[in-house]
Amino acid sequence: MTKELLEIENLKTYFYTWAGIVKAVDGVSLKVREGETLGLVGESGSGKSVTALSILQIVPRPGKIIGGSISYRGENLLEKTEAEMQSVRGKEIAYVFQDPATSLNPVFTIASQLTEVIRRHQNCTKEEALKKTVELLKLVEIPDPEIKMYNYPHQLSGGMKQRIAVARALSCQPNLLLADEPTTALDVTIQAQILDLLKSLKQQLKMAMILITHDMGVVAGVADRITVLYAGRVCESASSKTIFRNPLHPYTRALLEAVPSLVLRREKLKVIPGAIPNLIEPPVGCRFNPRCEFAKQGLCTAELPELAELEPDHYVACVRAREIEKEAPFGGLR
Amino acid sequence: MNGEIVLDVRHLVKHYPIKSKGILMTKQVDSVRAVDDISFSVRRGETFGLVGESGCGKTTTARTILSLDPPTSGEIYFEGEEVSRIFNSKNKAAILKLRRKMQYVFQNPYASLDPRMTVADIITEPLIIHGHISKEARSDRLYELLRLVGLEEYHAERYPHEFSGGQRQRICIARALAVEPDLLIADEPVASLDVSVRAQILNLLRELQQKFNITYVYISHDLSTVRHICHRVAVMYLGKLVEVADTDELFDSPQHPYTQALLSAIPIPDPEAKRSRITLPGEVPSPINPPKGCRFQPRCIYAHEYNCIEHMPKLVDVGRGHLVACERVCK
Repeated sequence: MTKELLEIENLKTYFYTWAGIVKAVDGVSLKVREGETLGLVGESGSGKSVTALSILQIVPRPGKIIGGSISYRGENLLEKTEAEMQSVRGKEIAYVFQDPATSLNPVFTIASQLTEVIRRHQNCTKEEALKKTVELLKLVEIPDPEIKMYNYPHQLSGGMKQRIAVARALSCQPNLLLADEPTTALDVTIQAQILDLLKSLKQQLKMAMILITHDMGVVAGVADRITVLYAGRVCESASSKTIFRNPLHPYTRALLEAVPSLVLRREKLKVIPGAIPNLIEPPVGCRFNPRCEFAKQGLCTAELPELAELEPDHYVACVRAREIEKEAPFGGLR
Repeated sequence: MNGEIVLDVRHLVKHYPIKSKGILMTKQVDSVRAVDDISFSVRRGETFGLVGESGCGKTTTARTILSLDPPTSGEIYFEGEEVSRIFNSKNKAAILKLRRKMQYVFQNPYASLDPRMTVADIITEPLIIHGHISKEARSDRLYELLRLVGLEEYHAERYPHEFSGGQRQRICIARALAVEPDLLIADEPVASLDVSVRAQILNLLRELQQKFNITYVYISHDLSTVRHICHRVAVMYLGKLVEVADTDELFDSPQHPYTQALLSAIPIPDPEAKRSRITLPGEVPSPINPPKGCRFQPRCIYAHEYNCIEHMPKLVDVGRGHLVACERVCK
């Protein structure tokens, strides 16, 4: 578990729009170890998806990766040529997109979309590829795969489509799966099915996964470690138990407290005032300072806090983390 | 909650026809049974939650209550009056009077605000249409409403695109409250918002209810927000109500197998939470050709033990106003 599979350092991806430069990802560093599931948590606009897209270098225009390094098994992906990246995408690192309705091509059958990936990366005949497709569909628990593979995406339900998308991502046995909000477009009972599927596949295939989500409940059940993003920066990174038991960054704490609990009914939900900042002109100093209840003028507005290892394997980007812990210890979720 | 009954829905049915276009004539081939015989009542000052997965008929129920879609059959009583009779009467004054009392907050605040109108125009439009207050008092009312929902006075001259999702939803709430409705139907008001903003809107809805004693029908698929805001909850599955109970009662002792599965499927934000999860096999069947007997029977783990295919279970009171529609529970 200790070997690092992917290490991102100080990644910067900016979007050059007519209104100005949007700093969607501004110095993100994170690590994924072999066979580990990393939960990447944050609200919309925090840079979760752009980070994942940057790993595969499929950031849409006008976005550009302008700095940092992404090392995968010791090689910097950012130094690879486009042709070299082609053999990484789908084979080494695969992507499952948020909305299965738009990520599958409506004019091709399931079989042709899956065999395309298999034949692109593996030397095999059409028959072999079809055989593999059936196996893959069995793996993601699709009933009657021999019949279903000749269906078009519109003939399948949302949950089934997402299973197909997972099967396509797994077709070349990637070492790392990037799952970008794989259950957001689905109903709760279907979400539970897909999460169970991802968990069991991860164990069967021993692959690492980055699970992107905004739902604290989803990561709690699946992730080994969690990295919390806010406005293009990492706030906190630790094992998932630590994040939920002893969060040190005020944003992580606020995020946990703002979720209505099923167990406990509070009279009033704790609120994070304001909204996510504009990323063209982000707040000076800590990105979270205008909404932070613990912010101190002069201290938090002075400079961007760096990610520091406050406890073993617990990284926090907050200058006041220690003081806050003493001042107002986290009460826990119950 | 022991107030008078504000909204009473009795045997509401809404079927959408599926038509096949021929050369000479169009004929109805089948119908989508979006809502199939549901009954419930809501008391004054209460928040009534309507939960279920997509396609179960939550939104259709809400739309038929307001006659945005006329019901196929069944009656809806609002403050003692039958709604569809008024809407069918062509008596414009009476229709407007009823519309004023029932307002709607839509799911997506990005689509429900006219991008070419300023916030002031948006909020005062219902005041003008209903002639609710005098012309002179309108701007005072506008600023009062803005303050009420937590916006500033200078926001009045801005356009919707200048606001974030949470602020837009505040504008929608201000617009709905402008004419002082008795009933507010909120259709997934926080589904498209971020977690940190969601809490703001939920708290706002709650404060407004306490202040003005408004009755809410709160529609959602997110059970954790329902637990937070609702007094009573009805669970829908494929056009039918399967369980109705007080919120705490429903969450603490769910009776219907579907409710149990639904509750157990919600991810708990705690990595060490231990519980048995009931994962439902299969998917929600099509409302065009719903299963025989109990709608939930093909996915239910208990179905083989009882006569679920032959009997359509009715909502039965199992005590403390807890209604369940299940053969197994009611036997």
